[in-house]
Amino acid sequence: MLPIVRPIVRALTRPATRAFAGMRLEHTLPPLPYAYDALEPYISKEIMTLHHDGHHQAYVTGLNAAESSYAATDDIRERIRLQSALKFNGGGHINHSLFWPGLCPASSSSAKLAPGPLKEAIEREFGSLEALQKEMNAKTAALQGSGWGWLGVNTSTKKLEIVTTANQDPLLTHVPIIGIDIWEHAFYLDYKNVKAKYLAAIWNVINFEEAAKRHEAAI
Amino acid sequence: MAYTLPPLPYAYNALEPYISEEIMTLHHDKHHRAYVNGLNAAEASLAGAQDIKDKIRLQAALKFNGGGHINHSLFWKNLTPANSPASKLGPCPLKEAIERDFGSLDALISEMNSTTAAIRGSGWGWLGCNTHTKKLEVVTTPNQDPLLTHVVIIGIDIWEHAYYIDYKNVRPDYLKAIWNIINFEEANNRYVAA
Repeated sequence: MLPIVRPIVRALTRPATRAFAGMRLEHTLPPLPYAYDALEPYISKEIMTLHHDGHHQAYVTGLNAAESSYAATDDIRERIRLQSALKFNGGGHINHSLFWPGLCPASSSSAKLAPGPLKEAIEREFGSLEALQKEMNAKTAALQGSGWGWLGVNTSTKKLEIVTTANQDPLLTHVPIIGIDIWEHAFYLDYKNVKAKYLAAIWNVINFEEAAKRHEAAI
Repeated sequence: MAYTLPPLPYAYNALEPYISEEIMTLHHDKHHRAYVNGLNAAEASLAGAQDIKDKIRLQAALKFNGGGHINHSLFWKNLTPANSPASKLGPCPLKEAIERDFGSLDALISEMNSTTAAIRGSGWGWLGCNTHTKKLEVVTTPNQDPLLTHVVIIGIDIWEHAYYIDYKNVRPDYLKAIWNIINFEEANNRYVAA
């Protein structure tokens, strides 16, 4: 893999930050890479608007507040007390910043898994894309509460694995390749309680080109 | 023993405008039913478990579905139509305890709502009676964990399925609204029994 690729991929996937002269970096809400209705009929404009402008914005605001409080104290007990807010809001910002570019309009060429190292890895380790989808959907649907389903690259073995994280815990054990939000706010307005329908539908808007870039950077 | 889905003690639209018929129908007929089915399946598997490792493997399914069944069974009963006399906190032992432990009902509502809104993920906010001190306390449980440390007096479901269709991401609006339909008569009965 070309040494130039890794830092570019990292920069593109790093959550957006903004620095003011004399102030700490402040996190900002990255814009969606497509229109709010671009993922229809699989994910509605209504959900995309609430999810991005409401939920993700709240994680950004919460993260900035938590980091500000953290910087304002040197009391270790206070800092430990803040860890939960940092993890929740920081994780929420990381996860959603990965999620939006991990999706694309169904009509886009990026929505197809092209021949290449990722396709080969999927076929080698799962048998087929359909087999991966089936396993990932089952594991993600089985999450007991809120959380995320991930296809990730195991940092030790470099193999593709399906893992889940609870609530807004970021994926730390693997490099995220594809992430699926299974918090109810991600699907309820469109699919109600029928998680399986949402999980079947979302594969129409997964950005496999982005996934392939992440995979190449990871192996 | 096969668990069954308890019927709602009121019509599906009885809690409007605070909780819609649409939410009540999905919440009771789909979500709660799924916990009942899951609990029955987990208990059937447990009965057939060969060894301790298998039994431990089943603990998560028992806790999740069993907790879901317990929590929702309590929830339907601690709600009531807004025009019912049970939705008002009249003079009673519970009212005295609330005033003793929180100062006022408004103060309790304020604390319970901010604590419940602050849950990071899915879960429940509870007014519970501490089994040792007999004092009323606001506590929370994550996901479908049942409340084990206190006797349940009032429970509020803060899973997104409980409010999202009506209130979208605005948890505080849901939490403000639900106090119009809390069944204080049931809550007082639970307190007196505790």
